[in-house]
Amino acid sequence: MKEVVNLPVDSIEREEYHINMGPQHPSTHGVLRLVVTLQGEIVKKVQPHCGYIHRGIEKMCEKDTYQQIIHLTDRMDYLSAHINNHAVCLLVEGALQVEVPERVVYIRTILDELNRIASHQLWWSSFGMDLGGLTCFFYGLRDREKILDIFEESFGSRLLHSYYLPGGLMQDIHPNFQNRVKEFIKYNRRKIKDYDRLLSGNIIFLERSQGVGVMSKELAINYGVNGPSGRGSGWACDIRKKYPYAAYDKVEFNEVLRTEGDTYARYMVRMQEIRESMNIIEQLIDNIPEGDFSVKMKPIIKLPAGEYYQRVESARGELGVYCISDGNKTPFRMKFRTPSFVNLGVLDTISREMKIADLVAIGASLDLVIPDIDR
Amino acid sequence: MDNEKLQEKIVTLVPEAVQEENPQFLTLTVPPEKLKVFMSHMVEEKELDFDYLFCLSGVDWGEELGVVYHLTSTRHNHSVEIKVKTENRENPEFDTVSDLWKSADFFEREVWDLFGIRFKGHPDMRRIFLEESWVGYPMRKDYTDDVNIIEL
Repeated sequence: MKEVVNLPVDSIEREEYHINMGPQHPSTHGVLRLVVTLQGEIVKKVQPHCGYIHRGIEKMCEKDTYQQIIHLTDRMDYLSAHINNHAVCLLVEGALQVEVPERVVYIRTILDELNRIASHQLWWSSFGMDLGGLTCFFYGLRDREKILDIFEESFGSRLLHSYYLPGGLMQDIHPNFQNRVKEFIKYNRRKIKDYDRLLSGNIIFLERSQGVGVMSKELAINYGVNGPSGRGSGWACDIRKKYPYAAYDKVEFNEVLRTEGDTYARYMVRMQEIRESMNIIEQLIDNIPEGDFSVKMKPIIKLPAGEYYQRVESARGELGVYCISDGNKTPFRMKFRTPSFVNLGVLDTISREMKIADLVAIGASLDLVIPDIDR
Repeated sequence: MDNEKLQEKIVTLVPEAVQEENPQFLTLTVPPEKLKVFMSHMVEEKELDFDYLFCLSGVDWGEELGVVYHLTSTRHNHSVEIKVKTENRENPEFDTVSDLWKSADFFEREVWDLFGIRFKGHPDMRRIFLEESWVGYPMRKDYTDDVNIIEL
C-alpha cells in the first residue's frame, strides 16, 4: 500500500469518494445497499442502508394468531425456515407448558440440522462464487437440492415449509424419510471432501481469506456477533450447547471453535459444522420413537399474560423471540432478535482499511440474509 | 451468580431499581435518569460483568413507551432484563447505551425508526428501515395507516 502522506496534495489518490454497492449487487445476496467511502481502493467507511424488503413482520404479528405467526417467521430467514418455526413453537409450548411427544422432538432436531446443512451449502456456494469460483455454486446447489427433495417428499414444500405447529408437526413424515436421509448423509460425506479439495486449500482462496476482516473475541461479544461468525473468533456461543432445547442434550456433538477470527476461520467453522450436523442426524435418525406427530391443542391459542423469551440456534446465529402477551389470542408485542441484523453491525468496523474486494469476502463470510435483517 | 444474589448486588449499586415478577429472567425497572449510571455499573462491576447485550426491544405499553434490554454475561453466565419507561409520548428520550455495547447501535436506530424514541448521545440517530420522510412511528399502538394496514 502506498503511503498517502507522501502523495502530492492534488493527487487523486488522496481524495475520498463514495461508491454505492447495491441494492442490486450480486455480492450483497439480496437488496442491501452499502455506501462505501473509499480512498483509492481502500475502504474507509461502510454505511449499510437497509429496509428495501422491510415488511413489518413484527407489526403483522400483533394482528395474527400464533399459528399464523409461524408462517411469517419462514419469511425472515428463508434459509433456516424450520429453525425459525421452531423458535415460535418452543415459545408457545413453553408458555402453555405443553409437553410434545418424543417423536416430534426427534424429527424437529433432524429437520433443523438438515436445514442447517442446506443453509451452509448455499452459503458455501455463494461464498465461492463471490471470490470468483463459479464451480462452487454448481456443486453446492446440486447437493442442496437433495435436501430440498427430502423436504418436498415429506411435507410438500422446498423452501418455506411452515411444517412445525405449536404442539407438534403438521403431518407425519413420509415413510421414505429415514432411508433418504441416510442415503443423503452417505452421499454428502463424499461431497464434503470434494468441497475441501476444491476450495479449502486453494491458494487463491487462502490469499483472499486469511488475515482478512479480523474480528477479535471481545469485538464479537461487544457487537453481539454470534453463530458461526462469532465462533470463528473463539467465542463459545452455541445456543444448542448453552441452553439445550429439543433433543440436543441427548446427542453428542462438538462446538466448533476457531481462534483466528478472520474470514478463513469463519469459513472453516461452517465447513466443520456441516460435519457436526451430519453426526447429530446420524445419532437420531435410527432412533425416532413411535408415537403421535402432534398433541391436541386448542384451535385458538391464548398465552397467559406475561413475558416470554425463547432462543434457538439458527444457521446464522442466535435467533431470539421476545413475546409480551396480555392473555389475548394475538401477542401484545412480538420481537425477533434476528442474527443477520446484529451481524451486519460489525461489517463497518472489520472492513475498514481493507481493499474493496475484501469487503465482498467479509460480507459473504458473515452470511447475511437480507430478509432476516429487514424483517 | 443466581438471581437472588444478583438482585442483592444490583440493588446495593442502584437502590431505585424496582423488581418485577418474571419466572424467566431477573427483571428490573430503572428510572430513565438513572439508566446511564446503572448500565455503566452493569458493565464495569467485575462480579456482574454483563458484556453481551443480546436483545434490545422497544415496547409501547399504551400509556407508556419504553425499552427492554436483555443482558447476559459470557463469563458468569447470568442474565438480566432491564426495563426503562417514560410517559412522555410526544418526545420520549433515553440515554444511549451504544458506547457500552456496540450492538445497541443498530437496535437503537430500529427503536427510533419504529417507536420514535430518541437516544441521547447516539452517534448516528437516523431511521434504519423506513425513509426519512416517513410520517409517524409504525410500531406504536396508536399508529394508523388507512392505505397499508387493513383491519379485518
